[in-house]
Amino acid sequence: MHFFEDIEVGQRREVGSFTFTADGIKIFAAQFDPQPFHLDEAAGRNSLFGGLAASGWHVASVCMKLSVAYGQRLAREAAARGEAVAVWGPSPGFRELRWIRPVLAGDTISFASEVEQRRTSDSRPEWGILQIRNTGTNQRGELAFSFLATAFVPRRNAAAV
Amino acid sequence: VRPESGFLPQLFNMTLSYEDFPTGCVGTFGPRRVTREEILAFATEFDPQPMHLDEEAAGRSMLNGLAGSGWHLCAIIMRMMFDGFIGRTASLGSPGVNELRWLAPLRPGEELMLDVDVVEARISNGRPETGIVTFKAVARNAVGQVLCEMITPIIVRRRWPDAAEEAR
Repeated sequence: MHFFEDIEVGQRREVGSFTFTADGIKIFAAQFDPQPFHLDEAAGRNSLFGGLAASGWHVASVCMKLSVAYGQRLAREAAARGEAVAVWGPSPGFRELRWIRPVLAGDTISFASEVEQRRTSDSRPEWGILQIRNTGTNQRGELAFSFLATAFVPRRNAAAV
Repeated sequence: VRPESGFLPQLFNMTLSYEDFPTGCVGTFGPRRVTREEILAFATEFDPQPMHLDEEAAGRSMLNGLAGSGWHLCAIIMRMMFDGFIGRTASLGSPGVNELRWLAPLRPGEELMLDVDVVEARISNGRPETGIVTFKAVARNAVGQVLCEMITPIIVRRRWPDAAEEAR
């Protein structure tokens, strides 16, 4: 992963794509969000979603899954080049999460992230704080999912200590 | 609920409507015990970072020990809300989450309680047969430490849409 100093506002990263299957949607829903429109095709068709729809928390969890894989790929590449690897801190939260369009069985969502704000931490000078807009776009190019995450990112000079 | 309203058969058993959610306390739900096994299973699939998977690595992390993924905690809160009231509410889904804060790590073996309040309820402009109920959900552990707070609107069918609004 990148250090604070390597990150600029406006940087966009394509994080990866994921196809939501009917089985995957139902397995997640049965465990965490068993509303009829997430479990049953007919109930989904008759709902506002117009088809078997993934739980919004499933979409968010897949976004995390792809972000972690992307970060781990960057870390491996940095390590292979003999560079220091930045370990990001735990996130304190997010805001403005929007399930803009339903994610239906068979949809492929491409996730991306873009840095909207970047500042140093006053109380912890070894950390920077980022506001990152994460988005998911379906195979028709329609925005389906978006949220603004807060992330703690280590500063490069702190890693040298 | 009238048959001609187009409700699904299973919604006939769902008794809670927009009118049942005035501003104020909805209730406290739980306890929901979170096991180490389910923390590892969720993290393996969705958030395979060392702090969620490996005791030793987690001990060296900022979380000071194995902790569940924040997204796992979100999913558990969703299930607690479902079991608590959404499962018998004429819910049409949610447009999103206004704000969510992860305040303390989710530890294996924790017994979660969920306090739910309605912070705002209003009739939808676009779909006057529905209302938008905004909930605040606060998850805490057995010693009262708050782990997560979220504010999320849910679209709920109205029981008695006004005739004037229906005719619009």
